[in-house]
Amino acid sequence: MSAPRDKLGRPIVVVTGMGVVTSLGAGKQDNWAKLTAGESGIRTVTRFPIDGLKTTMAGTVDFVTVDPFSSTGLSERLAEMATGEALEQAAIGAKADFPGPLFLAVAPVEVEWPQRLELGRAVGKTEFGYEDMLRVSGGGRFTAYHRRFMFGSIASHLAETFGTKGSPISLSTACASGATAIQLGVEAIRRGEADAALCVGTDGSVNPEAMVRFSLLSALSTQNDPPQAASRPFSKNRDGFVMAEGAGAMVLESYESAIARGAKILGVVAGCGELTDSFHRTRSSPDGKPIIGCMRKTLADAGLEPEQIDHINAHGTATPENDKMEYNTTAVVFGDHLPKIPVSSNKSMVGHTISAAGAVEAVFSLLTLEHQRIPPTINYEIPDPAILFDVVGNKARDAKVTAVMSNSFGFGGQNASLILTREPV
Amino acid sequence: MTEPKSAGAKEVWITGIGIVSSLGEGLDAHWDALNAGKINIDDKRFAPYIVHPLAPVTFDAQIPKKGDQRQMEAWQRIGTYAAGLALDSAGVKGNKEILGRMDMIVAAGGGERDIAVDASILSADAKGNSSPGFLNERLMNDLRPTLFLAQLSNLLAGNIAIVHGVCGTSRTFMGEEAASIDAARIALARIEAGQSDIALVGAAHNGERSDLLVLYEFGDFNLTEKFSPVWQREERGGFALGSAGCFLVLEAREHAEARGAKPHAKLTKVVADLAQRKQPRAVTKSLEALWPKLGVGDSGALITGATGVEPVTSDEKAFLRQHPGFAVRATGTMFGHTLETQFPLGLALAALSISRGALFPPNDPTGLEVEKAGSPDQIIVVGTGHWQGEGMALVEAIK
Repeated sequence: MSAPRDKLGRPIVVVTGMGVVTSLGAGKQDNWAKLTAGESGIRTVTRFPIDGLKTTMAGTVDFVTVDPFSSTGLSERLAEMATGEALEQAAIGAKADFPGPLFLAVAPVEVEWPQRLELGRAVGKTEFGYEDMLRVSGGGRFTAYHRRFMFGSIASHLAETFGTKGSPISLSTACASGATAIQLGVEAIRRGEADAALCVGTDGSVNPEAMVRFSLLSALSTQNDPPQAASRPFSKNRDGFVMAEGAGAMVLESYESAIARGAKILGVVAGCGELTDSFHRTRSSPDGKPIIGCMRKTLADAGLEPEQIDHINAHGTATPENDKMEYNTTAVVFGDHLPKIPVSSNKSMVGHTISAAGAVEAVFSLLTLEHQRIPPTINYEIPDPAILFDVVGNKARDAKVTAVMSNSFGFGGQNASLILTREPV
Repeated sequence: MTEPKSAGAKEVWITGIGIVSSLGEGLDAHWDALNAGKINIDDKRFAPYIVHPLAPVTFDAQIPKKGDQRQMEAWQRIGTYAAGLALDSAGVKGNKEILGRMDMIVAAGGGERDIAVDASILSADAKGNSSPGFLNERLMNDLRPTLFLAQLSNLLAGNIAIVHGVCGTSRTFMGEEAASIDAARIALARIEAGQSDIALVGAAHNGERSDLLVLYEFGDFNLTEKFSPVWQREERGGFALGSAGCFLVLEAREHAEARGAKPHAKLTKVVADLAQRKQPRAVTKSLEALWPKLGVGDSGALITGATGVEPVTSDEKAFLRQHPGFAVRATGTMFGHTLETQFPLGLALAALSISRGALFPPNDPTGLEVEKAGSPDQIIVVGTGHWQGEGMALVEAIK
């Protein structure tokens, strides 16, 4: 008997385990309850002083602590928690022996301010430069910081902890990273290289410099009070995104291998697609062609027509430009069918988990399919008249959902989309 | 994880190579420099640390808009430049139809810090100026708004898309040396499986950065005081950071033939693993486990990105001693250690040697590297990360 294949003759890729951590809480159950209740995880930052910042709120994960603190350390811990939950649900392989590769979406890593300040204080002078810091960097005093601030350190830790196979891949496609990690897993299974893949997106990078960097690009909302009302996707008075932390993890398997071991199938990654925008470092091409092309490639990859999509989990960052562009391009792709598609942005509640967002929102998309209930876009008080989406505003909506498109767009012209379904298509 | 190739696997050609480094730019300059045994180091600027500085380059030649150059830090300019050379070499520069569907995998670290801003903040802190909002205020006032874009890992790929129009897909892998081994491995697997027809793969590194020296000094990885070739460093250990950019155009044979492209060589295999290095000899064992997957005989040529760092380099030597029929060349001696760029550089020099019909001469007083006469049919490329990650590739002549 031949293995079950999709319309294009490739192995069908299913999801058998999922885990998630966001500012709303740890785990699918907690997140889903709060998400469908329209709760916000955005709060005033307490992890570090906010004096002098234009934006003072974020979706920090404050219930998880790491010591000594670093954003990289927190990202690692969040990834570990989400992965642990996903593996427990998938019940695949043995403990610390996952039978496939790891694809990790992770924020770029660098030495952080607490450690840099520690190094500076070790110099013992009051006027100094990097050459003086260099003199005190070696000799074993700061050995742990080498490993901590290597780009591959989180993936290395996860690979060792969970026993993934081969060389683990750490990747960044900016705000599309989480979707790209899933795409890489899908491709590996379709190539027949692996029967299972662990795809994780994580981001714990709410720290002063990261907030300042986005702030200087005028990307962040400054509607600090009350923080819960800051993230306003598709609203006329939206003014930027809200930085947030979180992680999403997925165990992908070939349908054949999942069935063979009697695993419970949670959903199907029916299609993925990406298309680069070469217009500008931070802005989309005004004609929207790369985003339109990305969505169309994804539909073609899934072998679906636009009419077969019945929910869009939008990128919906709440920046003035993104939401307008997302509507304009989606309208081109879905045409007359668009009014029939309920659209929602999880970022209204959890904020923008940047490198993790694509993975976190893929988990939420599958939970939407499971529960046949669409989480709301909160803070939707003043609809933008130029955005004619059927926004699931403020209250969750029960709906028949069979195929969800989840979109992710990022700096550097990164566009990636996923189509998730309940059953093989 | 490497499975036997499926029967329908497509042959993958290397049809474009772009290199810029401390030895110069372009294939001829590098071939001449390698044959002359040239090494370009600077032991003054960061003394006692040694770096291999980028040779003088006119960035305008590949990045015509000054505005684009200003939006980039050095590592992005180096990479965007090398990517342009690779596209030129493959004969696809400006070919919108092909570039519009070309896949790209870049292996990247991050961008440089604003050294002056850091130093000024740290000095103020050392003077006891540390009110709660101090750091925030200084960063808000002193950081250039666009610096972030020059630091983001995926913005090398972003700049290549903007400057050269490579805009099929764009993925950035991170994780030091292993990132580019995996970039080559995934690009090859995608083309073999028909998931991609043509891909741009590579990396860039600016080794002339005191912030990077600090990072590697944390682990005592930097070579200091006196330069010596990689194999001669032994217990002194360490690498000298190098500046380089290297990109390859990989292409399905049918795709290359259909457009009449002239290949340098073919890329047959890329394999990689992650040894748990806490165990003794883990690197030797990892390389030994990867070796049979290449399916090569008992003699030939091998180009390694060995770093000179200990004990990893000694572990790699132990592996090399098991294969005495192979003439070894270490790129670290001539180029310095270029992190993510080292593996693409090895692939590029392997393809170049095959297309020029000779392996470049040894550059090693210890005798580990030996002369090799004749035209190589196969060259193995080895990458062993300074702290993790091992990989190998097989580059072959097209028959």
